[in-house]
This record gives sequence, C-alpha cells and structure tokens, in this order.
Amino acid sequence: MTSAATVTEGVDSPYALSHLDALESEAVHIFREVAGEFERPVILFSGGKDSILMLHLALKAFAPAPVPFCLLHVDTGHNFPEVLAYRDRVVAEHGLRLHVASVQEYIDAGKLRERPDGVRNPLQTVPLTEAIQEHRFDAVFGGGRRDEEKARAKERVFSLRDEFSQWDPRRQRPELWQLYNGRHAPGEHVRVFPLSNWTELDVWQYIAREDIALPGIYFAHEREVFKRSGMWLTAGEWGGPKEGESVETRLVRYRTVGDMSCTGAVDSDATTLDAVITEIAASRLTERGATRADDKLSEAAMEDRKREGYF
Amino acid sequence: MSTTAETAQQLADPSATTLLRFATAGSVDDGKSTLVGRLLHDSKSVLSDQLEAVEAASLKRGQEAPDLALLTDGLRAEREQGITIDVAYRYFATARRRFILADTPGHVQYTRNMVTGASTADLAVVLVDARNGVIEQTRRHAAVAALLRVPHVVLAVNKMDLVGYDEKVFAAIAEEFTAYASELGVPEITGIPISALVGDNVVEPSAHMDWYGGPTVLEHLETVPVSHDLTSCHARLPVQYVIRPQTAELPDYRGYAGQIAAGTFRVGEPVTVLPSGRTTKVAGIDLLGESVDVAWTPQSVTLLLEDDIDISRGDLIVPSGDAPTPSQDVEATVCHVADQPLTVGQRVLLKHTTRTVKAIVKEIESRLTLDDLSQHPHPGRLVANDIGRVKVRTAEPLALDSYADSRRTGSFLLIDPADGTTLTAGMAGESFATHKSVTVATEAAGVPDEDGWDF
Repeated sequence: MTSAATVTEGVDSPYALSHLDALESEAVHIFREVAGEFERPVILFSGGKDSILMLHLALKAFAPAPVPFCLLHVDTGHNFPEVLAYRDRVVAEHGLRLHVASVQEYIDAGKLRERPDGVRNPLQTVPLTEAIQEHRFDAVFGGGRRDEEKARAKERVFSLRDEFSQWDPRRQRPELWQLYNGRHAPGEHVRVFPLSNWTELDVWQYIAREDIALPGIYFAHEREVFKRSGMWLTAGEWGGPKEGESVETRLVRYRTVGDMSCTGAVDSDATTLDAVITEIAASRLTERGATRADDKLSEAAMEDRKREGYF
Repeated sequence: MSTTAETAQQLADPSATTLLRFATAGSVDDGKSTLVGRLLHDSKSVLSDQLEAVEAASLKRGQEAPDLALLTDGLRAEREQGITIDVAYRYFATARRRFILADTPGHVQYTRNMVTGASTADLAVVLVDARNGVIEQTRRHAAVAALLRVPHVVLAVNKMDLVGYDEKVFAAIAEEFTAYASELGVPEITGIPISALVGDNVVEPSAHMDWYGGPTVLEHLETVPVSHDLTSCHARLPVQYVIRPQTAELPDYRGYAGQIAAGTFRVGEPVTVLPSGRTTKVAGIDLLGESVDVAWTPQSVTLLLEDDIDISRGDLIVPSGDAPTPSQDVEATVCHVADQPLTVGQRVLLKHTTRTVKAIVKEIESRLTLDDLSQHPHPGRLVANDIGRVKVRTAEPLALDSYADSRRTGSFLLIDPADGTTLTAGMAGESFATHKSVTVATEAAGVPDEDGWDF
C-alpha cells in the first residue's frame, strides 16, 4: 500500500439489504430465537410506537401463524386515553392475550406510595417485576433502543435479570455474532430488546414504509397543556396543572408515549408520517431529552432504574 | 458534514441507504474518543440536549471544557473511573448510509471486548498514534481483526498534526502495518492519515496533507461495500422455529423459519436436511409475508419444502450438492471471555447456530501470546481474554463450516451448563486465512518463530 490508499468502488452488491430490511431481518431473527428457546415469553406493550413496532415485527415473524406470545401492559393509571383505546383495539384485532399490571392498584393497596412530584414512571418497576414473577415469564421483550440513552447503549440484546429483576451492567454476558445466550436459572429471566439497533428515525421510516397505524397523539393536534420543568404536559385529572401553572391550547405532538405525569409534548405542525420524519431528521434534541422528565432526575437515572428492574 | 435542511431532507429518505457495522480499536491515548466524538458530532448524532448534559456534568466535576468521553461512557462506574469498561453501541447516519459503531475499550485486558465488537463488524478502524507508530497494541488489534475475519480494516494514523503532517511518517507506518496485517490474512487494508482533534481527513479532507489522495474516514465508511459476492458461498439455513398455523384455512402449512446464515436459496433447488441427511426440494420461500423465488443472507425467511419430512429447531438446511460433513470433533481457535477459566476435561454446552449440544473440552493445544504472536503449548487452561486452540468433542454431530468460509456457521459459543455463563467464543477450523504455516518475524522479540503458528 502506498500513501494513496486502496481505492474502493462505492458499489454495493445487488445482494446488499437496505438498512431497514437489515434491521427488520435481525429483529425477526431475535423473535424467533426467543420463541424457540423459551417457555413463557411476553411482549411489554405500552401502546407506544416502539411496542407497536415490536408487535408488527412479531406478527411478520410468525405469519401466517399467530404470535406465540402474550402482551403485558404496565398501566401507570396516568395513561393517555387514546393510547389505551388503541391498545384494546390491537389486542382484539389480532386475538392476543393481554395482561395488565396496574400501578393504581398498588397505590390503592398501600403497596406503593405516590411520589411528591407525582411522576409515576419509576413506580412501574414493582408491578412489572411482580407480574413477571407471578406469571413466571422467562423472556420479556422490551422496545428499548440503544440510541435512546447512554445506559441503554450498554445493554445487550439478551439481558439476563436475576430473581429480583436486577440488571448488573458489570456482569453482562459478552454477546458475540448472532449467537444469543438465553440460559437462565429458575426465577431468573431474560429481557430481550429486538429493536436494540434501531434509531428513532429508523422506527419512523419503517412505520411509514409498512403503513402501521399509530395512536393519534403522535401527530400534531390541539391540546390543553401547561409548562412544567421546561416541558409541555397535558392538563388532566392526574395532577396538573398546579397553582401557578397556567393552561393554554397549543398545536403539539408526542415523540414518546409514557405516563402523562412525565411525558412532554413538543410544538409541531407535523400531521403526517412524512412531516414527522422530516421534523425528526432536523431535530436538535433527542427523543428522551425533549420529552422525558424522569431521565433528567440525575446523570445515572436510567442506569439506576434499570438496575432495579426497570425496562 | 454540516447540519443543513438539505442533509435533513436526505436523511429522511430511507431508500438506497445501507447499514454498515464497524468497530473501533485503539490504545488508551490514541485519540479514539476524539475520533468517535468527531464522527458522531459531525454527523449530527450528538444533539444539543446531550451536549448540554455533558457540559453540566463536566462543570459539576470542576472541568472547564466539556469532557466528550462523558458522551460515550454510559455507566456510573465508567464515569467514576474515567475509563471505558464495556462495549457500547452507537448510531449515526449520513445521507448515504446508517452506521452501527461498536465502540470497544482499548485496554490490553479487554481483548474479549474487541472480539465482541469485531464479531459483527464489517469493518474495523485500528487507530495508531503517528508519533509512536505500530506498537504491540496495534499488532494485537490487527491480530484480533484477522482472527475474527473482519472484511475491511482501516488503519487510521492519528495525530498527524504532531508530526508536521509528514508523508514519510505516514508511509512508514502504513507500510509496516500493511505488511504485518496482510501476513495475518487481513483481506483489505486502507490507510488514512488523520488528526481527529483538528479534524483532518475524518469528515473533511485535510488542507495540510495534499500528498494524500485517498478518502476521508467518513467517505470510506460511506462507500466501502457491505456485502460480498454470495454466488460462491455455501448456502446455509439453520432452522429456528417451525411455523404451523393449524387453522381451518391453513391446515397443512408447515414452514421452516430462520435467518439465512450464508449464500442464497432458490425455489426448486434440491436441499438436504442435516443431521438426518434427508433430501427434498424447496417448494416455496416466504420473505416475511411475501412469496419470493430467491432469498439470500441475512434475510429472515420461511422455507416450504416439497416433502413432509421431520425437521425441527437446530437442523440445518443446505443445498444437496454442498453439504458440510457433520462431526463430533471440533477444532477451533477460541477467545475466552469469562472470568472463570476453561480447563481440559471441562463439560460445557456448545451453541452453534440454533443448536445447543453437550460437549467436553478434550484438549487445549496452545495459547497465543498476542504481543508477538508466539504460541505457548498445552497451557492446561485458558483465562479471561486468552486466545487459544482447542479440541472439543460434542455429544451429537454438528455441521460446522470453517470460520474462514462462513463467520456465521463457523462460529460457536461454549456455555457453562451450571450457570449459563458464556465462557468462550469459538471459530472452527484453521485460522488466519489461507494458512500455509506462516512464519511470523517477531520483531518485538527479534527472533523468527521457527514453527510458525497455526492460529
């Protein structure tokens, strides 16, 4: 080799897959591995775009047979009504079985206490882990993506959790080639992230390509919101606005769907998939930075929650 | 590449973009974080809230300038110790391609991390400090890239600004590295003189090195071909799952689902199922709901076969004219990735494609010293980060290909049956490409290795 480096023709072979096809194929492979290796898998389903995408990929992976998994929704009690309606519609349409773990029930029973800030996302961990134990789920699909957050960037596709659902980042199994190791002791389970390698933009482009229906709150609409910690939160019975916070009607949409107490809307006039994709491609804010209050609690907020069993 | 409305528009178009997986390797002070930071930053992958978080965290620690390592060190322990202890995956995109970067730590003791990152990489960037040239660590990185058969290797000679952008310095390093890596069987090496700090030849062409006529790092990443000619590959489909709807409309549908591990499959082609050896023909191929005549790696498909024969997860479907010979004896190069050692006589599980079988470690023939590529015979055991040659006997016959022919069907894991720990990453068959018993001139020791080595 000389200083003029090897010249490579920039031509991919006709066999090269597009990035979306490559990601789709990989995710389908992961779903089928779990179906082949585990006894009682479950898909965490919140009605958000990532879990909707997971379900779509699972439907494709096993077609024309039904998806061999049930769904689990951890209901914070502060969910968007449009999202719950969407959830129930999808479950009925595909003949799926849905388990619901309810944060509200835990609070009513005195097993969980409402936080002073009213944020319920962190409260999901206990109902989630208890539902996993109760139903003896051994593989739990989550829609987490490594591009979301720096602790998630360290997450394996198959992530072993102990009997307390804890994640220990220092004891992760190296993950080599596409050889996923799902071995676990009774009581332990594996969190599986088929969308690990997808970015927010990939998710949206794939939703557009496959023409997947989404809850309406992902598109620009007028909504009564108020400002808290720099984010537009939906006004409602869940606890906002408080004194000194004033409600106004704005044209907004959501980039993530979570608990109303900590999921912010963004100003947007994107009413179509194409407009949303253009908006995201130009955005200077990450999905979580723009819309999630719970990640702003500390530098290691996500890592700490994941260690406790959060997904 | 600046973030303009035009770029955003291009990014929004998913057509004609492919995915490149690559890994970075470099010693602690070679400037790997700076290179990664610049690639991420200049491709718009570091967004303003992430930068603000880094600035705030840096300030809190009393640092004046934002510490870009905080962008990539995701774990509490990493930030506390200021080191990277684990592989992290990062994502960025240009209008031409999406990238998955396996950001692997450079410490000597973390060979397993580079092995992990390199196992799925199409390309590896090996960073060298222009002032130091090719050092032991560089040889180690080249050896790991060769072992894992990463198809493309980029030698990024960094800190060119500190050697006066001297062409001779670059040429000497590039020559030494290329000679070494070619001997190991690295198929393609591209040398690029860069300054990650100043930004020379990373994203923008350098104004300081007009003697260099090649691509920038990003340009090369964007244009390097991601898949190879598959017509000469052995076609392989490990069966993952049998799809049988058993519904009123589809009472007889029986599909064999899996991701094509290598090569291509066509409708009408005669195929053999291993290990049973039964033969039939491909009656149809379902590509996730779409019926196709031909499918290739790495597509996830469902094969329909003409005859109703007994097939289950773990079986391998191959063209009848090109079937590997199943065997219970596996010879392989391995990298030990667990803290507990691997010993002769140990009972393990071996996971190969979708099949997991019992196995026993019959022999550990040698351990490789990566520093000078010398072999230490019969070490008795391998510990974390060791690379060695082993013989394993399996309870059932396995149809392994040579890793040299197929990274996917030539690779396997050894797993501890007691607690499920992933012990060892294995690469079946001979190692380091062509292997005609290369005699490596061990410059570090100054003595040529008489026996050569068979890694």
